[in-house]
Amino acid sequence: MSVASKQKTSYFESVKVRKRISQTIVTIILILGSLLILSPVWWMFATSVKSMGEIMQFPPTFIPKEWHFKNYIETWKAAPFTRYLFNTLLITLCVVIGNVLSNSFIAYGFAKIRFKGRNVLFAVVLATMMIPGFVTMIPHYIMYSKIGWLNTYLPLILPSFFGSAFNIFLIRQFYLGVPNELIEAAKIDGASHVYIWSRIMIPLAKPAIATVAIFSFNGAWNDFLGPLLYINDDTLYTLQLGLQVFKGQLDTQWNYLMAGSLLVLLPVIIIFFIFQKYFIEGMNLTAGSKG
Amino acid sequence: MQTEIHKEAGARSKVRKSSKRMTLEQKDGLNGYIFIAPWLIGFLILTAGPMLFSLYSSFTNYDVTSRMDFIGLKNYVRMFTQDDLFWVSLGNTLYYVAISVPLTTIGAVLLAVLLNQGVPGMRLFRTIYYLPAVLSGVGVYLLWMQLLNPDSGLVNTVLSWFGITGPAWLFDPNWTKPALIFMKLWSVGGGMLLYLASLQGVSKSLYEAAEMDGANTFQRFRHITLPMITPVIFFDLVTSFIGGFQVFQEAYVMTQSGTGGPANSLVFFNLHMFNKAFKSFDMGYAMAMSWILFIIVLILTVINLKLAPRWVHYEGDVPK
Repeated sequence: MSVASKQKTSYFESVKVRKRISQTIVTIILILGSLLILSPVWWMFATSVKSMGEIMQFPPTFIPKEWHFKNYIETWKAAPFTRYLFNTLLITLCVVIGNVLSNSFIAYGFAKIRFKGRNVLFAVVLATMMIPGFVTMIPHYIMYSKIGWLNTYLPLILPSFFGSAFNIFLIRQFYLGVPNELIEAAKIDGASHVYIWSRIMIPLAKPAIATVAIFSFNGAWNDFLGPLLYINDDTLYTLQLGLQVFKGQLDTQWNYLMAGSLLVLLPVIIIFFIFQKYFIEGMNLTAGSKG
Repeated sequence: MQTEIHKEAGARSKVRKSSKRMTLEQKDGLNGYIFIAPWLIGFLILTAGPMLFSLYSSFTNYDVTSRMDFIGLKNYVRMFTQDDLFWVSLGNTLYYVAISVPLTTIGAVLLAVLLNQGVPGMRLFRTIYYLPAVLSGVGVYLLWMQLLNPDSGLVNTVLSWFGITGPAWLFDPNWTKPALIFMKLWSVGGGMLLYLASLQGVSKSLYEAAEMDGANTFQRFRHITLPMITPVIFFDLVTSFIGGFQVFQEAYVMTQSGTGGPANSLVFFNLHMFNKAFKSFDMGYAMAMSWILFIIVLILTVINLKLAPRWVHYEGDVPK
């Protein structure tokens, strides 16, 4: 082996060693960061099973001494959470259906049909993303109160059937990747646009549609401002409103408050772990179109 | 090139069946409008109409029930000269935006770069860091009220391990906004995911070439990574500014139904507007406020767009 090549291998070996060291450091930072990120979730759980006496102890315990799982049952019984749950499920289901149908339909028009003014109108779609929701909040409230929709779920559900800029954008981005030849071929076979949309595009765009469905689920489940504005009757409350009222009643009974919070957040956490690939897919589509 | 071929093909087919093509195109045009009709109707009824109504109402003393008299610029004059809380709310909001937006952006970029180093378990880390970003609503605000509780909360407990006496957070006017910014930073994983997606699109050969030329880690970040993700940073900044100015729910839930916290330190612009609209039913005034917010956001977005060509790098640009 010549001297030169020996030097070369040792050079590459030193690069390898350095890389391993830096990777170890990065891994340690990431592990510490993960602990930091996860500790609030653990704390929520730990507090939820403690007794009030243990919560008031100083210094607070990181692992509960006694585990009072009955806190969850007591919390659930302390307010009509079962009713709130069904109310929330009903609204969320309708919003998800509305968003999936409307956005996949509208996006097809913008992605695959040529018509006059399409580009201008799509620019308007994108521009509406820049309008803060608070500008239309008060007029919406006035409009819905004038037509007698206060204390109904219509103001929370109906808007989802008219599409929203970000979702249209996301699905359109996905549709653009579907070859036009496929659509032309279907047209030659006599398929209408509605047929092409429902039978060809929706099945192909499943990942993008799943992303929209999951984001809509999250949005509707976590929506607080909408129900706060439109719902007064406590039999119509959603989980978010119920939790807010619960907070007012319990003041500082942190074990019950944390149990309630965790129960409300649990479906979101479960959906996240099952469908996280679609969250990431959505991000890839967004980032890809910006780069 | 490809578009040229397409055009050519299109022209050829046009010649072949020019008469039939016209009707097809017209029919297609109608179909196009049918497909976008839900959006168009929604845009007119839920966006354009309400905005016009709001703009007009901002020049009236509208109160939903009885009166709607045109009063010219009086709402705006009152806002700027007589409403002290307006300035407080604007100041609080600017403070929140000016600190939380850069911090979350920098944090998200750094986290994405760390995750992109090819460490084992990247997918697991990605899941963990992203989790808080999907959590929102009252449950999260309650959680943070507990975490930041001066006596029994986690944050001050951890600080006490290092001999630091933590502040009273949500009870101390100097610490309420930092508290909310910490809460915001917890969900930094949302932006991280966006940057990570964009980083994974950066060609490995660029880094290899730079390494051969002796570029160190920082230089590679500064001259390869950063320029490649500037379009995403730009997108993130624009949307974070718009979102940041709309901070409302956390302040409403975490301060006894919108009372604004100690010494009005959490009266954000939208909270003040919400109280004006739905507590004192000063609707005309509240709508005037919403237009001021809209104008501020619009100006910032335009500045962002104007500055973009100076620092945002799009692939295909001639390198400078």
